[in-house]
Amino acid sequence: MINRRNTILTMIGAPLFAGCSKVFGNSNAHSGNVINFWGMGREGEVVGQLLPKFLIDNPDIQVKVQQLPWTAAHEKLLTAFAGNTLPDISQIGNSWLPEFVAIGAVDRLDGFLTNSNIKKNDYFEGIWDTNVIDGKLYGIPWYVDTRVLFYRKDTLRAAGFDTVPKDWDGFRNALRKIKANVGKDKYAIILPLNEYEPLFNLALSVDDPILKDNATLGNFDSKGYKETLTYYKSLFDEGLAPLTDASQISNIYDEFARGLFSFYITGPWNIGEFKRRLPEAMQDDWATTPMPIGPCGINYSSAGGSSLVVMKNSNKKPAVWKLIEFLSRPEVQKEFYDLTGDLPAQKSSWAMGKLDTDKYSNAFYEQLQHVKPAPPAPEWERIAQEMRIVTEQMLRGQFDVNGAVLEMNKRADRILEKRRWILKRGAIHE
Amino acid sequence: MNKSPFNTALAGYLFVAPAMIAIVVFFFGPALAAFILSFTDFDIYALADINNLRFVGLKNYSELLANPLFWTALKNTLFFVFVGGPLSMAASLSAAILLTENSVKLKAFIRTIFFAPVVTTLVATAVVFKYLLHTKYGFINFGLSKLGINPIDWLGDPHWAMPAIIVFAVWKNFGYNMVIFIAAIGSIPNDLYEAAKIDGASPWQRFLNVTLPALGPSILLVSIMTMTGYFQLFAEPYVMTQGGPAEQTVTVLYMMYEQGFKWWNLGSASAVAFVLFAMMLVMTLIQGQIAKLQGVK
Amino acid sequence: MEKLKSLFFNLIVWLLVFLVAFPLLWMVTTSFMHSGEAASFPPPLLPKSPTLNAYHELFAGNHIEVYFFNSVILAVCATILSLSFNVMAGYAFAKLRFKGRDAMFNSLLSALIIPAQVGMMPLFLLLKTFGLVNTYAGALVPWIASVFGIFMVRQFSQSIPDEMIEAARVDGANEFQIFTKLIIPNLTPILVTLGLFTFLGSWNDFMWPLIILTDNQSYTLPVALAVLSREHVQDSELMMAGAVITVLPVLLLFLVLQRYYMRGLLAGSVKG
Repeated sequence: MINRRNTILTMIGAPLFAGCSKVFGNSNAHSGNVINFWGMGREGEVVGQLLPKFLIDNPDIQVKVQQLPWTAAHEKLLTAFAGNTLPDISQIGNSWLPEFVAIGAVDRLDGFLTNSNIKKNDYFEGIWDTNVIDGKLYGIPWYVDTRVLFYRKDTLRAAGFDTVPKDWDGFRNALRKIKANVGKDKYAIILPLNEYEPLFNLALSVDDPILKDNATLGNFDSKGYKETLTYYKSLFDEGLAPLTDASQISNIYDEFARGLFSFYITGPWNIGEFKRRLPEAMQDDWATTPMPIGPCGINYSSAGGSSLVVMKNSNKKPAVWKLIEFLSRPEVQKEFYDLTGDLPAQKSSWAMGKLDTDKYSNAFYEQLQHVKPAPPAPEWERIAQEMRIVTEQMLRGQFDVNGAVLEMNKRADRILEKRRWILKRGAIHE
Repeated sequence: MNKSPFNTALAGYLFVAPAMIAIVVFFFGPALAAFILSFTDFDIYALADINNLRFVGLKNYSELLANPLFWTALKNTLFFVFVGGPLSMAASLSAAILLTENSVKLKAFIRTIFFAPVVTTLVATAVVFKYLLHTKYGFINFGLSKLGINPIDWLGDPHWAMPAIIVFAVWKNFGYNMVIFIAAIGSIPNDLYEAAKIDGASPWQRFLNVTLPALGPSILLVSIMTMTGYFQLFAEPYVMTQGGPAEQTVTVLYMMYEQGFKWWNLGSASAVAFVLFAMMLVMTLIQGQIAKLQGVK
Repeated sequence: MEKLKSLFFNLIVWLLVFLVAFPLLWMVTTSFMHSGEAASFPPPLLPKSPTLNAYHELFAGNHIEVYFFNSVILAVCATILSLSFNVMAGYAFAKLRFKGRDAMFNSLLSALIIPAQVGMMPLFLLLKTFGLVNTYAGALVPWIASVFGIFMVRQFSQSIPDEMIEAARVDGANEFQIFTKLIIPNLTPILVTLGLFTFLGSWNDFMWPLIILTDNQSYTLPVALAVLSREHVQDSELMMAGAVITVLPVLLLFLVLQRYYMRGLLAGSVKG
């Protein structure tokens, strides 16, 4: 009885270790050498399959992988920081990096990089740069991500186009023609209301940045952003895009196959999904192409993707770095691509998999030459959410474009107040 | 025998001490601390380095009042409290009256069925309703279509999302107050009804003139409990709508959660919490005042 | 006329029974459908060929047993804690005379008007300092003692005759012996009620576990279900199976101990 009570008490006090995370490696490995790894979504699911070789080479290391759903990942990481429960190493969306650097959650990697097999010049420049903050390196790109257009060739052809028109106006014209063909209950493009990324991607192809003054003030009332938002709004006003969010559509692939919409701005993981989930008969009828050219004369898209970071609180940094080096080997990157469809961060892996010439990923290769990072403010994620919310309200008639951009500025400036104060004190590493 | 009072008192202190300490440390203490926290800008930067903490006076409160989201959340919460609350109570009362009708058979069984949603897990049944409310494949729209009503985009249309949550809340909660009403109706002396019957009162008149007045205290009590409970709406929007569409199901508590535990603005989240507390307090006081006026104890 | 009326009432009541029970019944039938079967029109009532696929997926793919285990541990511990802390205090407030007793009790009652969520932010920080974030202990903190529990036990204890306690004292029993040997047996019904309330409350609790359990392996069933339902929007069968597993234990417990539950409900509402 006493024993049992003791066990219960010990369990109550101890952090939980049961269950869902999977442990890889020799169970006899010294318990002090268990690396806690957080991966998101599909990446978290498959990373274990990459590990066997690493574990053979490093029999004294165990890797415990926990998978976080993407929708909750950012929140979970912040919560873990707040509760001192961060892992040793994590996958992290590279647009989140400024935030985790500012709060001192992740460690610098410059020291490790000398004498390493990780070579900076093999990476896409725009992507690598998102990991450098104030001249210091905080993450190693794991895979790259940007957004391009996925579309149906058949409806586009039926509307009289062999290829997707290259600029915003031409693109909208094509959408209009498609809409005229498909009729009342169908649309030309889907821009889910619960995603800010499509709007953000369009807003990269104008000259004005979204935040100004070292990312301490909103710049939504700039000419460029207003132009973007007007364009975006017109797609809804003209009925080219449905006023709906993704959760209302029970299956995006079925609806694409059914022709509910013909264009979708999305990322590389959907190449695999489209191949797998679209019916056989449709496989020749879809394609990818870079974003249309915006008012600035270039078709920018977002420098997205995930990096691997080492948490400052980790006491196993050398082992963690070994793992990062392993996951960054071009052949492992290639294998990772085969498993996930995530595009490798290193160009040598692209060549290895003939990705640069593949008919679907080629659009991404082109697009990756023109990518811009998210604004380097830790508050960006929050601002982006506010931007999304105000945009939805605008589309539902609560604001016009001018009202919306002022509201966005107001919300952004309020969120950024603390950042302005801290920068003025010089108490931030930026 | 002489030592007994001393022993009794000592035992008294020892017996209440664990619970009192727990309540002070984990409830009163944090509540007080939250009040102080609400005058600071405690956020993720302060979590990282406490030197990034500032006392900001009433700024959290003034910013809250200037924040349109807060007003939306307040409007949504009050809508839920003042529409959902009375609807729930009306449902409870109707069910109680039906279940005290002599002609209704199998009362105990029916009462159990009516009560079952109360003990079910809120999150689980909210998930169930999310699917029942689906525009295309949900049973609710299917049922309505049989009545000739066109499909409603319950959780996707800003006008319908909160009513949909109210439908769910009524289903989930009406059993609780129903039991209280049944007990209260049961304690109404039967001769009051007999007298009314002799006076030739119709069933409806008997309800208005006998049942309702006799239920006064219970109704008041139930309304205080229900409405203060409804002020704390959180899990339903969290599960069913995530605050959407167009923020029409963001409630005050939902806002507190997002401010506090999604964005880690613990200062402004505390301010939200105190505004919520203040509103609940005011409502309880008003209802207490009504009780006093009506001479209810 | 009477007969017509009776028919009318019974008709309405059974219609309501159907409407109220429907969501729970639908939850059960859908959980036995094949993946994707529920998302068709008209919506199917019964599975074409019942299958345990969804349950299998829940255990094999989503490790629901872990969440189930967490929920059980927490609910059991919460019940034990609540029974020990609240019963001692409730009895003392009713039967033991000591200085400041009534003042203390009244200050407790004032806690009833403060919503629990007010203190959550500082409580999180407090637990963080002690390293209790993402532990069972952290999740249990709000369940240690409750004003409602103390109140309920105090009400019930008052009905124990003073003479009985006095007689035991004369016989030389000390206060602790009196409490364990005499009071506890007399309080059994209310202990069942309080235990049941605490168990159900802890099992169904959502917001605090959502905040304090940061790691997906430590989730309770409701938290896990909420998270899964965001990830698996299309998988209605899977989600219904999860809902069944979450709801069934408490529903059964309630059915078995219904009598005690109703007593507590009415006791709580009389004085609120």
